[in-house]
Amino acid sequence: MRDAHYAIDGRPIFSGLNVSVRRGLITAVMGPSGTGKTTLLRLITGQLLADRGEVSVFGRDVASLSGREIYAARRRMGMLFQNGALLTDINVFENVAFPVREHTDLPESLIRTLVLTKLEAVGLRGAAQLMPGELSGGMARRVALARAIVMDPEVLLYDEPFVGLDPISLGVILRLIKQMNQALGITSIVVSHDVRELASIADQSYLLSGGCVVASGTPQELERSDSETVHQFMTGGADGPVRFHYPAQDYASQLLGADEG
Amino acid sequence: MSNAARPSAVFDGVRKFGITGIFFGRLLLACVRSLARPGLIVAQIFNAGARSLIIIMLSGLFTGMVLGLLGQDVLQRFGAETALGTIAALALLKELGPVLTALLFAGRAGTALTSEIGLMRATDQLTAMEVMAVDPMSYVAAPRFLGGVIAMPLLVAIFNVIGLFGAQLIGVELLGIDRGTFWSQMQSAVSMRDVTEGIVKSVVFGVVVSLIAVNEGYHAEPTAEGVGLATTRTVVASSVLTLLLDYVLTAIFL
Repeated sequence: MRDAHYAIDGRPIFSGLNVSVRRGLITAVMGPSGTGKTTLLRLITGQLLADRGEVSVFGRDVASLSGREIYAARRRMGMLFQNGALLTDINVFENVAFPVREHTDLPESLIRTLVLTKLEAVGLRGAAQLMPGELSGGMARRVALARAIVMDPEVLLYDEPFVGLDPISLGVILRLIKQMNQALGITSIVVSHDVRELASIADQSYLLSGGCVVASGTPQELERSDSETVHQFMTGGADGPVRFHYPAQDYASQLLGADEG
Repeated sequence: MSNAARPSAVFDGVRKFGITGIFFGRLLLACVRSLARPGLIVAQIFNAGARSLIIIMLSGLFTGMVLGLLGQDVLQRFGAETALGTIAALALLKELGPVLTALLFAGRAGTALTSEIGLMRATDQLTAMEVMAVDPMSYVAAPRFLGGVIAMPLLVAIFNVIGLFGAQLIGVELLGIDRGTFWSQMQSAVSMRDVTEGIVKSVVFGVVVSLIAVNEGYHAEPTAEGVGLATTRTVVASSVLTLLLDYVLTAIFL
């Protein structure tokens, strides 16, 4: 991403964003809520186009790709959604098999083997016949991960993969992200604000704030950074350059002047 | 409505009409692509059609029974109760069958379509499909649209048959009109043009109701309130447009 600008309804989300992801590494994108981390993933998948600047995927500018080429690029990516985004009218097995059935003509026996292998990797082979509605949040996320890797993508995008997971599921997901990166060489982009978890797996990190990158480097480098913004984010301080409170009028005068709401 | 609000309301109306028109064009293209997945279309014919059968059959039966009762009462004042079969058949084929079925279809299948697609949007299922390089227009919208368009004329046909049975049940079995007269009068008075009018209406209503339902779901705001509002809009817009188009089509066929 080079000097990417993006605004929603005139409100700038990115103003001059520069992020480069190296092949075969795990890249963490961190930042406070509302900094556009999910928007960044949507720019990478071509669901949104930058207003200005360049977003290149597999060496080509996303804005210059035709619809067919964007779909071809997406087949080389996998994405794990925050809520799993499983298709609710088909069971777990069919959810994982969905991309395979859509994009290949593999025989049923091979699809079965492939799907069961991926489900085994996330520990849910026994849940193959369950419907998405019968799964807990963590299980749904793991099924979605199996679906994201079933086509053996070159790039995996994770949107807040650690939110609301119990410690065991969290550990499993962390291990899976690391394993897939090391064993299969999958390039991973993890968008999250869970600093500690990211620090344990990321090779490089970017910290976003105010529409651009405020710090980058390895997690260890970020921790040693002198920047106040980085320090506030890494230590979770309420006071600092990143404001915890949404802009509002003076607290005392608002409480006293009841009529002004 | 204030003066300041008027231009924006008109602008919004025109804009929405334009968006729906473009969506319809994209939907038709997606329909061609979705023909490669006949299984999905059949499943949606089942969802929209077979699952609406009970309500359509019950409504058809009662509508026919009312026609039998009222028709006999009115016609006997003119000594023309033998025309009951003709009146019931024409009323059902040309008007009541297509219109009532469309209204019931909007309430039963249309709302289900809108809320289902709207919730798929709200839970990122459509976005997930896009990321998996699967076009949700071809996979979700088009099969549901085609399912509705195919199911509607079939439901109208069933409504009419059950309706005629209901009219016969009351007129012949209960009120004593001659069975032979009932059916033979109907046979001689109803022309193919009357049947065609009903079929054309049912196809047009099927297209309109299914388009509105799919469009509202696809563009619903991805929140609980947004999906609820979209579902309401489906019923209101489908019902009003059905009645409006019914007048236009009736005028054309006269």
